[in-house]
Amino acid sequence: MNARVTPYLLIAPSLGFLTALFFVPLVQTIALAFQANGGWSTENFSRMAGDLNFTDAVVNTFEIVVIVVPLQLLLALAMAMMLQHVRGGRDIVLWIWSIPLGISDLAAGLVWLAILTDKGYLNTVLLRVRVLSGPQSWLSYETPATLLAAIVVAELWRATAIVLVILVAGVQLIPKEYGEAADVFGATPWQRFTRVTLPLLRPSIQTALILRTVLAFEMFAIVLSIGGRNFPVLVSEAFNWQYNQQDFGVAAAYAVIVMGVSLAATLIYLRVLRTPAAQR
Amino acid sequence: MRVKAEQQGGAHTIDVVGALHGELQPLIPLDALVPLDELAASVKGRGIPDALMSLGKFGGAHQLYIPWMQASYIMVANKEALPYLPAGANIDALSYEQLAFWASAVQEKTSKRVLGFPAGPQGLMHRFFEGFLYPSYTGGVVVPFRSVAAEAMWTQFASLWKSVNPNSTSYNFMQEPLLSGDVWIAFDHIARVLDALRQKPNEFVAFPAPGGPKGRGYMPVLAGLAILKGAPDTNGAMALIDYLAQPETQIATARSVGFFPVVKADLPPDLDPGIKLGAGAIEKAQSAKDALTTLLPIGLGQRGGEFDKVFMDTFQLVVLRGQKPRAVLDREAETLRRLMTETGAPCWLPDPPSTGACQVQ
Repeated sequence: MNARVTPYLLIAPSLGFLTALFFVPLVQTIALAFQANGGWSTENFSRMAGDLNFTDAVVNTFEIVVIVVPLQLLLALAMAMMLQHVRGGRDIVLWIWSIPLGISDLAAGLVWLAILTDKGYLNTVLLRVRVLSGPQSWLSYETPATLLAAIVVAELWRATAIVLVILVAGVQLIPKEYGEAADVFGATPWQRFTRVTLPLLRPSIQTALILRTVLAFEMFAIVLSIGGRNFPVLVSEAFNWQYNQQDFGVAAAYAVIVMGVSLAATLIYLRVLRTPAAQR
Repeated sequence: MRVKAEQQGGAHTIDVVGALHGELQPLIPLDALVPLDELAASVKGRGIPDALMSLGKFGGAHQLYIPWMQASYIMVANKEALPYLPAGANIDALSYEQLAFWASAVQEKTSKRVLGFPAGPQGLMHRFFEGFLYPSYTGGVVVPFRSVAAEAMWTQFASLWKSVNPNSTSYNFMQEPLLSGDVWIAFDHIARVLDALRQKPNEFVAFPAPGGPKGRGYMPVLAGLAILKGAPDTNGAMALIDYLAQPETQIATARSVGFFPVVKADLPPDLDPGIKLGAGAIEKAQSAKDALTTLLPIGLGQRGGEFDKVFMDTFQLVVLRGQKPRAVLDREAETLRRLMTETGAPCWLPDPPSTGACQVQ
């Protein structure tokens, strides 16, 4: 077969797949968002913006992303560095750390709900050691701070592993010689980390950040199971409008907003964290 | 859909239709139902309440369906709460003030907020506003939506909410918090508290929802039996309806599907005590002197969710976020007006009949 055609033939199925199941629905969703009463209009967007939960959903979503993503990056970096110095049982540690990856969002949310609910494990323990004297709500609309904290902790627990896996792979790609050379010139471990490891990890960090940020903007099941109506986010509002209000136009408008925000975040990362041409 | 197709196509195979009130309603403009006035007269002696019977006339002169079975929303209380009932209050005829006193008395003594509502994402809280609170205070739902009475009602409800368990915004089914003891007094659909009543019938009592200045709002989820025009066997159909409207049949129905009798039925002693509790509460609600029968929204089609959202948004803004009812009601009334105009839905009980779309005053 013609060697020039073969590559295109090989990627054709995935292209067709993406077009049919991703690109077409994407265009349809955008079209749906900009249609109302049988014509083109921005009514769906004005209804979305006028809804009482819209501001909350935007604020909550960004709050989570801004808190969770940097924390996850720091945690995953620390874990990846520690892992480098583990001699025996390294695989087992990595394996245990990545267990949350194998658990569905919803299941993770329910696990944390079981821990944090009024008669959950946390309160049971706190009551037993007499920190609390009666039931204490953590997840109600009257305790927004602990509700946010609970969602942050659950998100950290569930999704730090994906960042870790990407960073561990990146760390392993860094040739040992760079580190050894830095040692020869008398670099402290901190200098070695900031001047050698971090810059060389930049492509991995970029990938991890893009992936995590986009997923954080789409966060849904964990928030829904822990926060319910008390903690609206963009995707849960889209879900509400789609299934409870059966207003597909406004749901599509939310979907378009989520997509726009994710795209913007991705472009920012690509630009800010781009690897200079000289280093490629 | 099939009924419509048969009526339009002229090939009739269905005799009897058993469906919810709101599902039979669309068949009225098609003139698809046989008048059942004689049958109605013959089953009337079995004790079907007039309020339910007259729903089967859809505001016209003829009986178009025979009430068949019903479910509804009830209150359930843990017996531990009973000692705190305000003096002189009859639990089967509570007012909203008495409910508020009751809940705040428990709160004072136990420092627990024990009142619970199903205001979670999948809960049926909106039905409480549409079928119980609004009718009890304003005598309507849509028409008096932003009335002075409604404003006072929301103010009172917001103050009642101080005794409500804050986890109510996460409750979807009240049977779980009732069983766990987090909530002592709850409102919900009977099917969503039945587990609690069945598991611990000795720990709970069931009773009708409270009443207000305009009566005791009571929203039956009513299913009826109708005969289609052109039915192949009208006499057989009549006999079937007559059979299904017998007390014994209705008790058997209650046992197997959890929808309760509309006729006067002496519940057999071996009936599950939980079901008995529920049936008792429904019976008391529908036969209450001040009962004000209300209906599920009719004629909104696909947009029922938007209607519910108006009430839940008002609740969220006034009660949870503490905004002034007047401004919220005026704003939400605009949404409601637009929805009613766009769907053209005429008023349903307890709002007075309208010629065109039901409108907010």
